[in-house]
Amino acid sequence: MNIAVTPPLSNGPRPAMYYYDTFDRAFVEERVAQFRDQVERRLSGALSEEEFRPHRLMNGLYLQLHAYMLRVAIPYGTLSSTQMRQLAVIADKWDRGYGHFTTRQNIQFNWPKLIDVPDILQALAEVEMHAIQTSGNCIRNVTADHFAGAAADEIEDPRPTAELIRQWSTNHPEYCFLPRKFKVAVTGAEHDRAAVLLHDIGLRIVKNAQGEVGYCVIAGGGLGRTPMVGKIVRDFVPRADLLAYLAAVLRVYNSYGRRDNKYKARIKILVHETGLDEFKAQIEAEFAALDRSGTNADPEEFARIAAYFVPPEFDAGASSAAFEAAKAKDAGFVRFAETNLSAHKAKNYAIVTVSCKPIGGVPGDVTSAQMRLLADVADKYSAGELRISHEQNVVLPHVKLDDVHALWQALQTAGLATANAGLITDIIACPGMDYCSLATARAIPIAQAISTQFADPERQKLIGKLGIKISGCINACGHHHIAAIGILGLEKSGRESYQITLGGDPTFKAAIGERLGPGLEADEVPHVIENLVAIYLNERQGDEAFIDTYRRVGQAKFKPALEREVEDGSHL
Amino acid sequence: MAQLKHPQILFANDLKDGEVLFLGAKGWVRDHRIAKIAATSEEIASMQAVAAVDLAANRVLDVYPVDVTLSPDGHPEPIHYREKMRTLGPSMRLDLGKQANGVEFGDI
Repeated sequence: MNIAVTPPLSNGPRPAMYYYDTFDRAFVEERVAQFRDQVERRLSGALSEEEFRPHRLMNGLYLQLHAYMLRVAIPYGTLSSTQMRQLAVIADKWDRGYGHFTTRQNIQFNWPKLIDVPDILQALAEVEMHAIQTSGNCIRNVTADHFAGAAADEIEDPRPTAELIRQWSTNHPEYCFLPRKFKVAVTGAEHDRAAVLLHDIGLRIVKNAQGEVGYCVIAGGGLGRTPMVGKIVRDFVPRADLLAYLAAVLRVYNSYGRRDNKYKARIKILVHETGLDEFKAQIEAEFAALDRSGTNADPEEFARIAAYFVPPEFDAGASSAAFEAAKAKDAGFVRFAETNLSAHKAKNYAIVTVSCKPIGGVPGDVTSAQMRLLADVADKYSAGELRISHEQNVVLPHVKLDDVHALWQALQTAGLATANAGLITDIIACPGMDYCSLATARAIPIAQAISTQFADPERQKLIGKLGIKISGCINACGHHHIAAIGILGLEKSGRESYQITLGGDPTFKAAIGERLGPGLEADEVPHVIENLVAIYLNERQGDEAFIDTYRRVGQAKFKPALEREVEDGSHL
Repeated sequence: MAQLKHPQILFANDLKDGEVLFLGAKGWVRDHRIAKIAATSEEIASMQAVAAVDLAANRVLDVYPVDVTLSPDGHPEPIHYREKMRTLGPSMRLDLGKQANGVEFGDI
């Protein structure tokens, strides 16, 4: 069924990303038709809610606190300008004019009607998007470094690998009913921006002594109620064997993962309970027994996929003269350039992070008007390409330095020029109890209060890079466990209560944050963060990051941050 | 007649659009202030029997009872902040949810 939504096609460049072939297109169209039929049968009563729920969840449709919520996959965070414009259309036509970028590089619409969802899925299919496997006990959207294909420290673009895994695992009958959901992340860079040690499987693209490219495979990481750092199960898997090796890991998990207790069903528990050596032995036994040729992708198939990701032709004559001249004239632009630009692999290009964290705003929320502007500037300045980061920001991966000032001015017109990437106001927060039916407390208002408290740009600069991450329940969608300062919202005696954790780290030196003390009332949180920052500034040496100061001086130094004055003048 | 510890109302969602509903005197309503209030276990059981019919008829889903207090004018207000949130909408977006449009009286 066709609907009256024409994808607003871009007149700009064709981004370097995967494009559907006839098989992909037919598959996604078929799924839309199937879901349309399932919805009709649900509305007619032919399907009960119990029968329908698995279908809607496998198509990303949840029932949340106020309404249905549709989670749309953004594979490894890569979006074209055309796709971004279509998301704006969906936001306006079927939702409330905005979307929410998540910590898994997806987008969520918070107000769709069930009766409209088939049309929304059709509109997504028209721009080669879908919501398949954004829920359920399957392999979820494969995530990747949001600077992929652009970063100066990259060994290889991780997206062809992520796309290969996406195609292999989508609707794979062996992985549709895993013991629990399964998350895979890939990085190809020297610095980990994809938190690969905190996923069910993390892949790090590496080179062996012979210079061959392969994968360091990490398994058993994860956050949630039992956070664990993943363990290396193989230092090097040749590229040709990747899918067979992943199949071996998944077979061990499928065979021995705990299906009797959903709280112990993730692979991290299996790795922990089995022991690393035995777990590795089980994988190797499966791997040895597998028909590798029947499981692995042909090298030609990987090459076919990789060919889509050939980067745009960078201008060898690009200069930075206009960039430097603009900085000399405009202090506000200097601030943006200092915080929101990252090193690009091409000379006189930059990766630009567009912060979706305006002071006092809702982390990750973007209006349809902002989506359209982002699509326009992507066409004009970034080869038509955008990325969504797990930090809930938008990235323009390929911007000439001399275009950054004009880009910054355009972003200002839409409230998207906040110069805070990586700073204390660049806060990650899950939807929390403002939207989520699983939440035990709100997360967004806490983020807003802290952001407002630290609004002063000079102060943010003085504090430097400092990650605050907030989750509204123990499921930890806000990644609080791996924040320098983590905040976990819980319920205590019928009231919201917030626990502070310190010392989390999402990088290759991954660490789970440690709880600082008893829970706080919501309005006490900003004050305690203020105290923590004051202690950090007092203790830090040189330009030492918070996490390094914390590791050096220990938690005890930060305990006094919990002291606060109560109404009667006494101190807690 | 077994008196409930707290009065209760019934929450549900509209199957078609997902909106939060409350069982009223003559059917489902979108404003909790006109929800039917149960004071006894027999009354809430009777209300759940009504809801079960609409569940079976695929008009609503996710039905459950919620403890409330009564305001001075007799309107029910959920005791727990989670359900209070469900009667309003997102706390930081007052332009969204039920709080945005005031009250929509009437049965569905």
